Amino acid sequence: MNLDSAEIGSLLERMAQGLTEALAGTGRMDPLVVGIHTGGVWIAQRLQERLVLSDPLGSLNIAFYRDDFSRLGMHPSVKPSNLPFDIDGRHVILVDDILYTGRTVRAALNEIFDYGRPASVTLAVLVDRCQRELPIRADVVGTTLTLAHGEHIKLSGPDPLRLITHKAA
Amino acid sequence: MTASNIQLDEQGRLKHFLSIEGLPQGLLLEILSTTEGFAPVGRRPVKKVPLLRGKTIVNLFFEPSTRTRITFELAAKRLSADVLTLNIGDSSTRKGESLLDTLRNLEAMHCDMLVIRHDCSGAAHFIASHVCSEVRVINAGDGRHAHPTQAMLDMFTIRRAKSDFAALCVAIVGDIAHSRVARSDIHALKTLGTREVRVIGPRTLIPPEIETLGVHVYHDLKSGLQDVDAIIMLRLQNERMQGALLPSAREFFDLYGLTEERLAVAKPDAIVLHPGPINRGVEIDSQVANGPRSVILQQVSYGIAVRMAVMSMVMSSAAKPEPH
Repeated sequence: MNLDSAEIGSLLERMAQGLTEALAGTGRMDPLVVGIHTGGVWIAQRLQERLVLSDPLGSLNIAFYRDDFSRLGMHPSVKPSNLPFDIDGRHVILVDDILYTGRTVRAALNEIFDYGRPASVTLAVLVDRCQRELPIRADVVGTTLTLAHGEHIKLSGPDPLRLITHKAA
Repeated sequence: MTASNIQLDEQGRLKHFLSIEGLPQGLLLEILSTTEGFAPVGRRPVKKVPLLRGKTIVNLFFEPSTRTRITFELAAKRLSADVLTLNIGDSSTRKGESLLDTLRNLEAMHCDMLVIRHDCSGAAHFIASHVCSEVRVINAGDGRHAHPTQAMLDMFTIRRAKSDFAALCVAIVGDIAHSRVARSDIHALKTLGTREVRVIGPRTLIPPEIETLGVHVYHDLKSGLQDVDAIIMLRLQNERMQGALLPSAREFFDLYGLTEERLAVAKPDAIVLHPGPINRGVEIDSQVANGPRSVILQQVSYGIAVRMAVMSMVMSSAAKPEPH
């Protein structure tokens, strides 16, 4: 399955609506949006615009929190984490492009808690691959997708955003 | 095997960090960009990341050091490694144990990384060429040879304050002959493509062959500092005064001490670096050391982030993929 930027736009619209409802339903006001590098930051930016929030966008580089350092070593460096606000007591919307095993989200949660103690974390993802290996589930999902063995999906961007499925070499 | 290739693994990744000499520009840039990632960690409520959890790092200090030792210790701790420091004064080497026996014992304790400071040039290289293949070695200063983490923290400090090395003129001032910092800085600046590197000092403290490294030699401080972007001051070691190399600290300050007045010929936004500890009134005036152009304390903070970057990079090369 491949999605172009217009199709991704309507998924983003659905996510923004889902987030508004989820936050209103639980009385969680004035949330902070934090994206996981790199694709998650692109999605977070667009959700932030749609939700019209006053705080700046946060971004996480979870390279130092991965659970596969002993097996794979360090991942190529992307921009450093930047959380330009006090996270204590705030409601956080954590955003990633693709939820696969859940390990990235686990690493991101660990990193967030090294910055402070948020009041809550809501997880929003563009695509849920439904193959999680940890008890981590997204609260808001753009679309779900079941890929065949050996198939991968990747978000390219930041402009235009495109989702491309490909067979692993 | 040469010092340059023992530092790299088959994939060209950093395996040991022994000297700047022989490392490609790409690796130095990778150290600098990895450092960018670690720099904010020290300002967070929780000042550590779990990257090297479960790894054991031993600081082997055969020569006294305060700043380098504690910044290596802090770097290891901020990476969540277990770290222990052996000072020669209270270790069994003093009881006659050979360097290799010390090494075998540390290997038997399953240490993952050794950080070596030694007064003999080549000590870290000797240890790296004798350790078992899983152990990583970092040089924290060996004799007059090299102090590569100091050079990289100097480069990081310069890059943070300035932009492109290709546009910069950098002067290194003082006792070039006995300085491992100067040697490593020169190699790092040249590898990163610095437009001009100058060394400034008295004839007795500048090695005659230094120009082969591509630097310009000045014996007069004022003409050497003309229009420079960054000045790296070196510590004048007191023991140099005892030989015939220098008449007195006073006279050295009169000729080569960095004062506000002498700094005036440098670019208006020039920065002043010093590896510490500072001899106020010998190589640098207090007014300059405390002044707005001094980045000496930034160097200390960045030193921790640079050491975290180097430690994580060499441990990264020890990663073992699991067979599927």
